[in-house]
This record gives sequence, C-alpha cells and structure tokens, in this order.
Amino acid sequence: MNVCILSGKGGTGKTTVSVNLAALLKTDYIDCDVEEPNGFLFLKPEKVEKEDVPVDFPVFDKGKCILCGNCANACEFHALANTKKSILLFPELCHGCHACGLVCAPKAISYRQRVVGVIERGEAKGIRCARGVLNVGEHMAVPVIRRLLDTLTPAKHRILDCSPGTSCNVTTTLKHADAAVVITEPTVFGLHDMGLAVELLQKRKIPFGVVINKSGETDRLIEEFCEANSIPLFGRIPFSRNAAQAYSRGELIGELPEMKDAFDRIALNMKEAFAWN
Amino acid sequence: MKIGISSTNSNATAVVDPRFGRCEAFAIIDTETNAIRFLDNAAKTASGGAGIAAAQQLLDEGVEAVCTGNLGPNAYRVLSEAGIKAYRVSEMPLMDAAKLLKDGKLDEISQAGQAHAGMNRGSNR
Repeated sequence: MNVCILSGKGGTGKTTVSVNLAALLKTDYIDCDVEEPNGFLFLKPEKVEKEDVPVDFPVFDKGKCILCGNCANACEFHALANTKKSILLFPELCHGCHACGLVCAPKAISYRQRVVGVIERGEAKGIRCARGVLNVGEHMAVPVIRRLLDTLTPAKHRILDCSPGTSCNVTTTLKHADAAVVITEPTVFGLHDMGLAVELLQKRKIPFGVVINKSGETDRLIEEFCEANSIPLFGRIPFSRNAAQAYSRGELIGELPEMKDAFDRIALNMKEAFAWN
Repeated sequence: MKIGISSTNSNATAVVDPRFGRCEAFAIIDTETNAIRFLDNAAKTASGGAGIAAAQQLLDEGVEAVCTGNLGPNAYRVLSEAGIKAYRVSEMPLMDAAKLLKDGKLDEISQAGQAHAGMNRGSNR
C-alpha cells in the first residue's frame, strides 16, 4: 500500500509526519517533493546510489528543415520560436513531449537527452529510502517524480512524501496512491489549503484522513471542517518548542517521549482506516 | 515601416505598455501612413514562455521593428536572431512612440533586461 502525505499549505509538517511514520511502521520512504526534498536529513540513509533523470529535447536537421514553424505552433510550452532564419530552442521550457516531431512534415526533428535531476536510493536502519532531486535552475519537476515512482523497489508498504499544493507535482504522485493523509495546522491558511487538497482527493476517490500538526487552542477550526465533511481525524501532534528544536537538529521527533503517543495513535488510526496489514 | 508596440489596451488612446511578453495588446503601425490596428497579445496569460510567444506573434505579423519598455532574455534572443531591432520607450501615447522611432530618436535595446519583469502586475494599469 502506498500512502501519500499531502497538505495543501506548505510547512505544515508533511516531511515530519512522513519520516516519523516510515520509521515507526518500518515502511519504505519515498520523497516526491523533488523541488525541496528534505526527508533524508532526518532518516540519514547510507550507501546512497544515484541515477540521472534525462528529458528529451528536439534537435533540428538544418538540411531538412523548411522553417514552416509548425513545430513552434505545436509547442504548448513556447519552448520553440521560428525566426524564419532558424528554429530556436529554449531547453528549460521543453517538456520533452515530442509534439514538435509529430507535426514536422519533412522529418527534420530528432531527439537527444539532457539531465534535469537525479534519483537517489539508500537505506537507513532497515528503512529503504528514495528521493528525486530536481537540478537547480530547472522548471519541470514532473519528469523526476515520474521516474522516481516508475522505478520503485517492490515493497509491501510505502510512505510517499508529496510536494505542497495541488499542482502537477502532487497529482503525478497521487497516480500511485492507495490512500492519503492530509497534514494541516490549525490556522485559517492551513484550513483553506487543506480544503484544496481534500477536494483533489475526493475527485480522485482516494481514501484519506487528517492530522493536525502544531495542535493547540485553535483546533476547532479543523475539527469543524472534518465533522461537516465526514473526514476522519487520525490524530494531532501537539505544538512543542522541544520538538521544533529536535527537528532543527535533524532528529526524528516521534522518538521524543512526549510525542510517542501522538504518532502511535496516528499510525493506529491510519492502519484501521486503510485496512493496512 | 511596419512596427509593433506593446500597448496597454486595444484603443488608439492607449499608451506604451512597459511589459513586453505580458502586455495587453500590440499596436501594429505603418509609420508611412500612420495606419494603426491592434492584435490581442495571445501570450499575456501563458503559464510560461510569454516573451517567446509574444515575439513569435510579432515575427509572424512581419513587423520590422519593435517598441517596448523592457525585453526579457528569451524575447530578446528571438527578436535579435530574427534581425528585428527593438527600441526602448517610456509610457507615452502610441503615435508619439511611432513618430520618435521614425525620426530616429529612440535608443535600441542592446541587451536583455531582467526575466519575468512584467509578471505579477495588475492588468488595468
């Protein structure tokens, strides 16, 4: 079973919950937030192996190109321009979709590959860890996420740590989801963006529950929403300065004595709700 | 000479839009006859590559020069590869910009400005 951890709002604690659940449940941990993957800071995998992620880009045979511009017209991402003297390529905008090649009547286009990111795999105390890392300056995270998820090592259970928001980066990861947990914080922003994540999960018919992180006096905000929409609340992680300090040192906060009950409860509720065994 | 000017709207009373890729419209002006017409900037809401698409639109229109406030690196590359010169103008009435160009009183944009300079600005400036 693949359980996706998402949030809507950034900074609510997706990675904190993901790495601690993976450590507690001894599942594989997959960091799909390739624009800022930080789960390895906490799990600290060893013997990490790396594999480049290539993306195709078009190359033009000037002897065959008739400068018709069909390729530039077909490019949804404006990665090509027809200057009437040559076809210009803006590689960082090219998604490698091959639409240009499909519409090129004189067959002047072939493809080469460039590296946009890397997949890293390692192991930490019996937990297999993998992540995608998008290269600095690149725009497109999806090819890296797709490669990461298409090359997973067979496993019974996995925690998939998603990107914030509800963009392509998240929907790409959700293609591999059997269930999901939405991490929120008891603020108006947390509630609003959680609503977007909830809507996405409902549309995709993925079963899910909610965890309130930095829980405290304003939890009613989230509880009311969950009650009104019949969404199970898997648990809450109390607001704690001590936990924040442990986090900032790269430690697993689930191992703190005052946090153990909270994570045990989340794990238990999650396993029951998703019939995980 | 047929020129393209980034414009704040599609009326003859519009002024030069300092943004290129994300301007509202392009005024196409014949500097011999002063005939003016407008093209909607199809790229203004593009998620990416707006400067490239806007430059392509003007190339397809067959303009021989461009007047605007700022050109980003990608739009600059498209126009310069095509041999189309771009000239820097402030937010003035369109026909004034066209006259300054015809009289040779405008400075050529000889290097690209900052990328994404025209983003996140209201459309009703």
